[in-house]
Amino acid sequence: MDPGSDGTTKLMASKYEKILLKNMEQPGYTGSLQDYEKAGGYQALRKVLGGIPPDEVIDIVKRSGLRGRGGAGFPTGVKWGFIPKDHPGPRFLCCNADESEPGTFKDRQLMERDPHQVLEGMIITCYAIRASLAYIYIRGEFRLAAKILERAIREARAAGYLGSRILGSELDVQIHVHAGAGAYICGEETALLESLEGKRGLPRFKPPFPATHGLYQKPTVVNNVETLANIPHIIMRGAEWYASIGSPPKSTGTRVFCLSGHVKRPGNYELPMGTTFRELIFEHGGGMRGEKPLKAFIPGGASAPFLTPDHLDVKMDFESVAMAGSMLGSGGVTVMEEGTSMVWAALRLMEFFYHESCGKCTPCREGSSWLVQILQRIWQGEGRMSDLDLLVDLCKNIEGRTVCAFGDAEVAPILSTLRYWRSEYEELIARAEASRSSKKELPVVA
Amino acid sequence: MAGSIFDHLQEEVQDIIGRYPVKRSALLPLLNLAQREEGYVSEEAMKAIAALLDLTPPQVYETVTFYTMFNLKPIGKFHVQVCKSLMCALVGSDDVIEWIREKLGIRVGQTTDDGLFTLSVVECLGSCATGPMMQINDDYYERLTKETVCRILDELKQQGDCPLKSGPFMVPEPTS
Ligand SMILES: Cc1cc2nc3c(=O)[nH]c(=O)nc-3n(C[C@H](O)[C@H](O)[C@H](O)COP(=O)(O)O)c2cc1C
Repeated sequence: MDPGSDGTTKLMASKYEKILLKNMEQPGYTGSLQDYEKAGGYQALRKVLGGIPPDEVIDIVKRSGLRGRGGAGFPTGVKWGFIPKDHPGPRFLCCNADESEPGTFKDRQLMERDPHQVLEGMIITCYAIRASLAYIYIRGEFRLAAKILERAIREARAAGYLGSRILGSELDVQIHVHAGAGAYICGEETALLESLEGKRGLPRFKPPFPATHGLYQKPTVVNNVETLANIPHIIMRGAEWYASIGSPPKSTGTRVFCLSGHVKRPGNYELPMGTTFRELIFEHGGGMRGEKPLKAFIPGGASAPFLTPDHLDVKMDFESVAMAGSMLGSGGVTVMEEGTSMVWAALRLMEFFYHESCGKCTPCREGSSWLVQILQRIWQGEGRMSDLDLLVDLCKNIEGRTVCAFGDAEVAPILSTLRYWRSEYEELIARAEASRSSKKELPVVA
Repeated sequence: MAGSIFDHLQEEVQDIIGRYPVKRSALLPLLNLAQREEGYVSEEAMKAIAALLDLTPPQVYETVTFYTMFNLKPIGKFHVQVCKSLMCALVGSDDVIEWIREKLGIRVGQTTDDGLFTLSVVECLGSCATGPMMQINDDYYERLTKETVCRILDELKQQGDCPLKSGPFMVPEPTS
């Protein structure tokens, strides 16, 4: 169970069948076209080209129950179905590889270890929505993943899986890698589209949705890397097979959960939806890294409200985590041990959100700056009791009042830590007030 | 463009522009290319890109300033960027920043006198299970310890490269 002496953690056998990580877990698998083909790659593309009409592909994905793995969990087939059938002009597919949600690092592994799985999913998706041009919007920092994808695209093109008249059919698909340049917000799908158009990454008002007014105002599907990587498997093994995995009917399939923080074996674990947090953390992750017990965990990336040890038996599916007052989000689970200050943790995350606020909406732009300053003064021993109401008041004026979901995300760490660990805030402030009154009191400026 | 930094990259530039039905989409890729060539995005590069894409220089500038990866001034040969987001902070990223400051004798945001290293602190780089970590130019270095941090900086200084950089990412690691 313990990390190896070289500091790495080695893979162990799992009781579940892997879908997305299966190839890369084979010894010696390199992710080359040859390896991918040997593992059955591109058979799903051959299968659809061999006689499954595009609309039927959409129907299969609908029946599989697959929901988006980027954060919002929207049903993938339903999203594809929104692309207008009679639209005369071009339509586009964008693979969202921006992966910038703190706590999330699965797409990086999917792209660097098995790039053709992502490409095959994209080609089939293009076929289904009748798009011939697709972009992989990848965060600029992922230079290695971008190079690996570019190489895979060249391989696929040379083998006839990409380009014009794919495998002798009528299908034409081009895929290009498009690197961003450092902006979390560009993971939000409409900001992504703006960025891809060469502009500042400011989210657009919705509606209209990308399905009708996307890239260059043309019908566009935006899907996460992991979502797309599932497609070939659903085509090969059928909607019913996929729908039987996980927590049907609403959360089907597996998810690659990203485990980080104070655990023995942090890493990517592909498990059926509906597995409990306890199993992920204590079985697959080997439990806490030291003597200290678990104090808190974030269940779905930095945007998801914190949960407590009382929530360890919650199932990791969209509904159960929502019922527990948080969200499954991007699948990033971060574990914190006893002794970790929740005020400090909230501050760290708030610094992230402050840094990443795009500035379009006033509540978020100004509010994030206020929130970070108030948290800072509490943490540095300069807070006042009235700060706690002020924090909540500010949060309530940000939540639901911004163009995109960033506003809801940035208040999650504060509101949830205040909910479960309010006494930690109060203690810090009480100490600050005591030390102030023992000194000569300076007037506090509002 | 006469005398443009893209003169010797015509083929690559045309290839990039050709990927998009609307020229402006090539803006970020060309800015990335310019930064790769010069280490930062110079005013000349912005003007050249504006001309290539039928944009005005302010349109280019407006976009450049939104994205944190673009340096508008020259920086050190090696840009050391340490992740400080919560997940890395839980496993010691603040120590890493201290070690580097000590080793290089600079503060965050500064460049060493020899022009080799610039130190920045950044938000999540998508490597939370292998923290603490840093990115130096194109490469990730993960699971940092005081020893590896020193070794990486020494080897970059002496050889310009360090084998400790990460390869294709997978955690837990495959068995062979
Ligand atoms: C602030 C913000 C950041 C986001 N970042 C990402 C991201 O990095 N990767 C991603 O796939 N989705 C991200 N999303 C979700 C996308 O907007 C969108 O829902 C998703 O790409 C759709 O793909 P899916 O249906 O396959 O999940 C983000 C959303 C918000 C509001």
